[in-house]
Amino acid sequence: MTWDVALILSIDGLASSAIYLLAGLGLVLIFSVTRVIFVPFGDIAAFSALTLAAFEAKKVPATIGLVGTLAALAVAAETISLIRQRAFARLPMAVAGWGVAPGIACALAWWAAGRDLSMPFAIGLTILLAMPMAPLVARLALKPIADASVLVLLIASLVLHFLLSGLGLLFFGPEGVRTQPLLGGSIAITDNFSVGLQVVLMVGAAAALSALFFLAFERTLAGKALRATAVNRVGARLVGIRPARTSLLAYGAASLLAGFVGVLISPVTTIYYDSGLLIGLKAFVAAIIGGLTSYPLTALGALAVGLVESFASFWSGALKDVIVFSLLIPVLILRSALSAHAEEEPEEIPS
Amino acid sequence: MTVLLEIRDLHVAYGRVEAVRGISLELGAGQIVSVIGPNGAGKTTLLSAAIGLLPASGSVRFEGEEIGGLDVEARVERGLCLVPESRELFGEMSVQDNLRLGAYARRLPRRLLKERLDFVCTKFPRLAERRDQRADTLSGGERQMLALGRALMSGPRLLLLDEPSLGLAPLIVQEILSIVSRLRQEGVSILLVEQNAMAALEISDFGYVIESGEVDIRGPSDVLARDPRVFATYLGSME
Ligand SMILES: Nc1ncnc2c1ncn2[C@@H]1O[C@H](COP(=O)(O)OP(=O)(O)OP(=O)(O)O)[C@@H](O)[C@H]1O
Ligand SMILES: [Mg+2]
Repeated sequence: MTWDVALILSIDGLASSAIYLLAGLGLVLIFSVTRVIFVPFGDIAAFSALTLAAFEAKKVPATIGLVGTLAALAVAAETISLIRQRAFARLPMAVAGWGVAPGIACALAWWAAGRDLSMPFAIGLTILLAMPMAPLVARLALKPIADASVLVLLIASLVLHFLLSGLGLLFFGPEGVRTQPLLGGSIAITDNFSVGLQVVLMVGAAAALSALFFLAFERTLAGKALRATAVNRVGARLVGIRPARTSLLAYGAASLLAGFVGVLISPVTTIYYDSGLLIGLKAFVAAIIGGLTSYPLTALGALAVGLVESFASFWSGALKDVIVFSLLIPVLILRSALSAHAEEEPEEIPS
Repeated sequence: MTVLLEIRDLHVAYGRVEAVRGISLELGAGQIVSVIGPNGAGKTTLLSAAIGLLPASGSVRFEGEEIGGLDVEARVERGLCLVPESRELFGEMSVQDNLRLGAYARRLPRRLLKERLDFVCTKFPRLAERRDQRADTLSGGERQMLALGRALMSGPRLLLLDEPSLGLAPLIVQEILSIVSRLRQEGVSILLVEQNAMAALEISDFGYVIESGEVDIRGPSDVLARDPRVFATYLGSME
């Protein structure tokens, strides 16, 4: 391998790292607040890519039907549960939040579909359509079992992924899509080496979004409430933070990240209705490196996964995924060696 | 005297085991009422049920309204606040953030939040010195102050305090209890659970002695403090 090749591979790896960073942050956010390993994250990202492609092809994105169906189901579930609790006063808010808000996104997308859209507008709409997806599926499938064990939540989340990718096939069909690059051209760095602007955009967007994410967490009361819920659920309730509401916020923010992942990845990879799983799993490796709790370590993990994947694909395209997932083994051994003391203590005193 | 909190025939069970068996209790506005009793009597269970952390049967009325059906967060919004035995601080967050989150239910504008933060900091100068320290690195006494300070940030009408002096040196116990007794002047009523029975009766108006989930003896604090039964059963070890 020459330096030139290594450089090209690193740049490639950096671009994938950007994707895994955003997805990893979403996974850690949801896990720390709700204890759910949200496997459908990747599906939502893939659906966003398919949405953007539909806008570009002047077709009506099937996402509208998907979001509409989910919203209708969520309104029904919420109505039934409120009527059972006899909390009729909360019905209008529930219908507005679960039905009207996603409905507006769908209506806007419906109106815009088939028109000649500028790229930023199409991206905005795509992300608007992605936003309600995680909150809706979580409301339908995960909220009723919010207090179950991590394992039960993981199984439910896996089932949810299979359901969603089945729906994806139904709504989007089996064809793959690839969108126009958001930015064409490249920057020449040396005589025979240049970096595509799309890559610069991906890395820049990921960095900017993570910074924004960090600021929102550190500087706003809502962000602190999210962290507080993750740190101590009972303590959070005692100061009046509703875990159901913070969960909703976490799902919403993660959905937003999934939307961006879809938009950023669609120009560089062909995306199918089921491409999400692999994106989600690799982000999961990054999140595991962060122990599913640490954002900075997750960022490092994303960098590692992106680079390893890129170099591995140079040595063996067939084995690159195997190599990436093998990263998990040393990471898990290292983590359990480091945290052995911390984790043994509570087990000795059964609560 | 207007009744602030009225608990009637409260039952709380863990599975099949009843830990609170028909406790009734009253607390007037501006009062400090102490609940004492041996380990395992059901004091913590009583407070957890009053704030809504545990499901209970019976009635809990606050300011004349039944709140037994409300969730914890709604009770906090109404002005109840529990400082639990286990403190439940946000360990990985700074002292300052813990305090700020204490006022979460109030949605205060920035200026008022700052005012209240300063107010709590003047009450607990030690916390002010440790604003940026992580809560889980505080000493036991400081943690207790933070738990109290966080509760005060919500501007509660009624504080439920579970063993505020647990594990503290006698000098700090005095400091904490004198802070508690002065809170009354700021319009905060207090339901106080204490192991340190004599000290609790000293600062309270009324007392309940509970045992095995039932009220055993009740009466004005000064009367209870001289009651030979209380003395023999629970305070025997103190002098
Ligand atoms: N989660 C639980 N599951 C089962 N039993 C419990 C649980 N929590 C408490 N108990 C039991 O309920 C009874 C009352 O407990 P509680 O914690 O209310 O006592 P307490 O009066 O606060 O005691 P202490 O003074 O030691 O704090 C005890 O017998 C205890 O073992
Ligand atoms: Mg107790």
